[in-house]
Amino acid sequence: MTATQDAPAAKVTDAGKPRKRGGRPSVWTRLTANPMTVVGMVLLAILLLLAIAAPILPLPDPNATVLGDRLLPPFSEGAILGTDHLGRDLLSRLIWGTRVSVAVGLAATLVAAIIGSTIGLIAAYYGRVVDAILMRSIDTLMAFPYLLLALAIVAALGPGLLNALMAIAVVNIPFFARAVRGQALAIKNLDYIAAARLSGFSDARIILAEMLPNVLPVVIVTMSTTLSWMILETAGLSFLGLGAQPPTADLGSMLGDGRDLIHRAAWVAVLPGLVILLLAIGINLVGDGIRDVMDPRLKSGALARPAPATARRLPKTVPAPPAMGERDVLWVRKLTTHFEVGDRVLRAVRDVSFSIRRGEALGVVGESGSGKSVTALSLLGLVASPPGVLVDGEIWFNHRERGPIDLARAPMRDLQRIRGARIAYIFQDPLTALNPVLKCGEQVAEALVVHQDMGWAEARREAIRLFETVKLPTPAEKANAFPHELSGGQRQRVMIAMALANKPDLIVADEPTTALDVTTQRRVLELLNELRHEHDAALLFISHDFGVIADLCDRVQVMYAGEVAEEGEAAELFRNPSHPYTQRLLACVPSLDRDDEIEAIPGLPPAVDDLGVGCPFADRCPEAEPACEAERVLLRRISATHHARCIHATGTEIPEAEDDGRIDHD
Amino acid sequence: MFAYTVRRLIQAIPVLFGISIIVFLVISLIPGDPATAILGAFATPENVARVNRELGLDEPLPMQYLHWLGGVLQGDFGRSYALDRPVADELGERIGPTFLLAVTALILCAIFGLLAGTAAAVRQYGWTDRILSLLVLIGISTPSFWLGMMAIILFSLTLGLFPTGDMTSLFGGGGVLDVLWHLTLPAITLAMVATGVVARLTRANMLEVLRQDYVRTARAKGVPEHLVIRRHAFRNALVTLVPIIGIQAGFVLGGAVYIEEVFQWPGMGRMLVNAIGQRDIILVQGGVMVIATAFVLINLATDLIQSALDPRVRGR
Repeated sequence: MTATQDAPAAKVTDAGKPRKRGGRPSVWTRLTANPMTVVGMVLLAILLLLAIAAPILPLPDPNATVLGDRLLPPFSEGAILGTDHLGRDLLSRLIWGTRVSVAVGLAATLVAAIIGSTIGLIAAYYGRVVDAILMRSIDTLMAFPYLLLALAIVAALGPGLLNALMAIAVVNIPFFARAVRGQALAIKNLDYIAAARLSGFSDARIILAEMLPNVLPVVIVTMSTTLSWMILETAGLSFLGLGAQPPTADLGSMLGDGRDLIHRAAWVAVLPGLVILLLAIGINLVGDGIRDVMDPRLKSGALARPAPATARRLPKTVPAPPAMGERDVLWVRKLTTHFEVGDRVLRAVRDVSFSIRRGEALGVVGESGSGKSVTALSLLGLVASPPGVLVDGEIWFNHRERGPIDLARAPMRDLQRIRGARIAYIFQDPLTALNPVLKCGEQVAEALVVHQDMGWAEARREAIRLFETVKLPTPAEKANAFPHELSGGQRQRVMIAMALANKPDLIVADEPTTALDVTTQRRVLELLNELRHEHDAALLFISHDFGVIADLCDRVQVMYAGEVAEEGEAAELFRNPSHPYTQRLLACVPSLDRDDEIEAIPGLPPAVDDLGVGCPFADRCPEAEPACEAERVLLRRISATHHARCIHATGTEIPEAEDDGRIDHD
Repeated sequence: MFAYTVRRLIQAIPVLFGISIIVFLVISLIPGDPATAILGAFATPENVARVNRELGLDEPLPMQYLHWLGGVLQGDFGRSYALDRPVADELGERIGPTFLLAVTALILCAIFGLLAGTAAAVRQYGWTDRILSLLVLIGISTPSFWLGMMAIILFSLTLGLFPTGDMTSLFGGGGVLDVLWHLTLPAITLAMVATGVVARLTRANMLEVLRQDYVRTARAKGVPEHLVIRRHAFRNALVTLVPIIGIQAGFVLGGAVYIEEVFQWPGMGRMLVNAIGQRDIILVQGGVMVIATAFVLINLATDLIQSALDPRVRGR
């Protein structure tokens, strides 16, 4: 229903009338962009043209029996598709039969659409008792097996094409009533309907003039799905002898005739079914096309399945492994990740470099969309792909046994072995990040079973022990609980237990407390801090909250529009923020010993598919000058451990090649 | 779980009530005089009056309904005029073959639909996906009664592998293998359309589930991809898909009418078609009521399976 929920808002204009949105390609253009839809259209067009043109085509009379020409096989002279048991020309009968089948199917669809939409509109408009009675009746109709109700109606009315049409229409009414009611409810309370009510328009006028136009797209989509069923089902009733009665013949009754002849003259049965099949395929292809056009989720390719690892399009050269000290855990060099959506390229992460050591906490801070999460997810190829593509960079992880491994180029097998074992993630919202149908203990145990030589029973016991470590009350009970049965803080403790299960060298925490309330936040952070010291693990901590970063991190990296704006030792950076963006972010941190108003940063971060060469912050920056946007701004060395990307920062420029995130610790 | 089961059972009662009212009304609102329909146009007025009395048609409509319902609740569906025997006896004979056929088809459509849909989702836009999508399109566009005939032409008449039909009764002495031999073609044909629908919805659901955060968590945990698909994605998709398979039971039970006709299967579907032809409305009424009840029960069962799969449903 997402398709229809956003639509009305766009349509509320002064006159309350839907208005065409300018600039977007027409429905027709979008429909014909899909080759399968075009195939369906061509197929349908051919069949429909033949059916419509039947009276003027040079065809023999479909009902003329020629007893001498009985059961002629296809390609006989004078009967290209052969004849049936009464010597009637099959080609002619097929075309005339198609005409009847299509007409009956369309009529049934129209009847169902009109009655169903009326019920749906009335139920939605009047609500309460009317709605309850109508919708319960509809639900009861839907509690019948589809065809069975149609059979019962034909049984009551007696066999015949018109009765079959009515029966099939009735059983399809619920589909229209439900869809239309849903859409009508969504628009009922919009301003212009209310305005129409206040102006004293009659109910009928509001329903017909204001609501009907807005539910029409839903009606069309439902028609496109139900039309092929209706054609198939009316053919079915005719096949059973309950629909078309001689001499009228539709494709279904022709199949019924052919049924007794399958031993002698199979073609009499094969051909009508084939025509029904082609007809239904055509309708379904066009129907799918219509649904795709009307459902915006399908257009953007958002429904694409994320691959097991982020796609890579790296330069051919394979970098040599660097020397890494015993305490070095990770060195990321010039990491660049793009999102490719259609022909737009969003440069989410650009040339980001940093390193992190055992026992150290590196905070990454920035607004949403600054690229901090994408940086973190890029490390182990967890950026959803499509649309994510790893375009450049080196991600050197110092593996205990194997030495430095470039995760940007490591095979899937290595990535999978490092994920959750050597590098573990804690995500933002533990409710969506935990699997809703698996018990908490199970989910933690899985991390152990996957990476260690451990059976499930032992892993479950170990999970309970881990729950003690993360201070979950009644750990054994919690292990048996499902995520929705825990509180937000408890769920995040489960995530932390999962991350610690294999004693990782690096913990990546992506806004781990954003979804929690303030008191819970503090406790979870304390726990995280305590445990990473205990395990001597490195921590990459991502947050938009400078206050939290200040409490937890030894070093800080500020990101803006996909690149590093400023980086340095935490104390140094807080004492002397040198990028105007950092200064602004720090001004946003509420503080008890400061009275001044907190001011938000005016403006929005730039769209990362439309970046100039210069400083991306320039148009929001109070200190901007023309030089800012002239050329790429390089990081400047304020001290050995403090860099900022601003032309106003004191210090020498770091040449691009040397901007590699390595820190000289000695 | 127990409380949930009881609650769902109680919720099914008004639905069954509604069904009984609709079945009753559809048949009672027949245009013309049912007695004449039963006895033919040349019936004497005395006979018409007798039949009306026997059918209780001289009573007001609500009383007729209560009498009918009271009988149904005691297993008395009335008497079939055309067959001259109690409807309940006829239903008792017909019910077994139909449910054997329908349940087999339902199981087939669940297995193959889920497998095909998952395979297509996992290889989205690959060749597997394209070929499966094409098969699904053909599946949902094919008239099942025609497919049945094509199966007979190919597998029975041409290749001689399976019988053309002529299943007389389930316990006719042929044994289990004989029943299976007769069951193969009709069950597969009947499952075809539903398989297409299930595969399509499975694919869409799997694609939806694979984008969820917990799938990313599973990958971040280092779970091998085949287990990510099976343990994390599929388990979650199944929660939505099980009720969808329940809804397919409606299409399968309805489609059984065609298939029984094509393969001459001795079930309720053929009985209904004959009864409609002979205007044996009491028999139609009983048959429709029994099949609709079965459909409600199958949906109830799938709801219970869903709640067993999803702890969140039970709490509601």
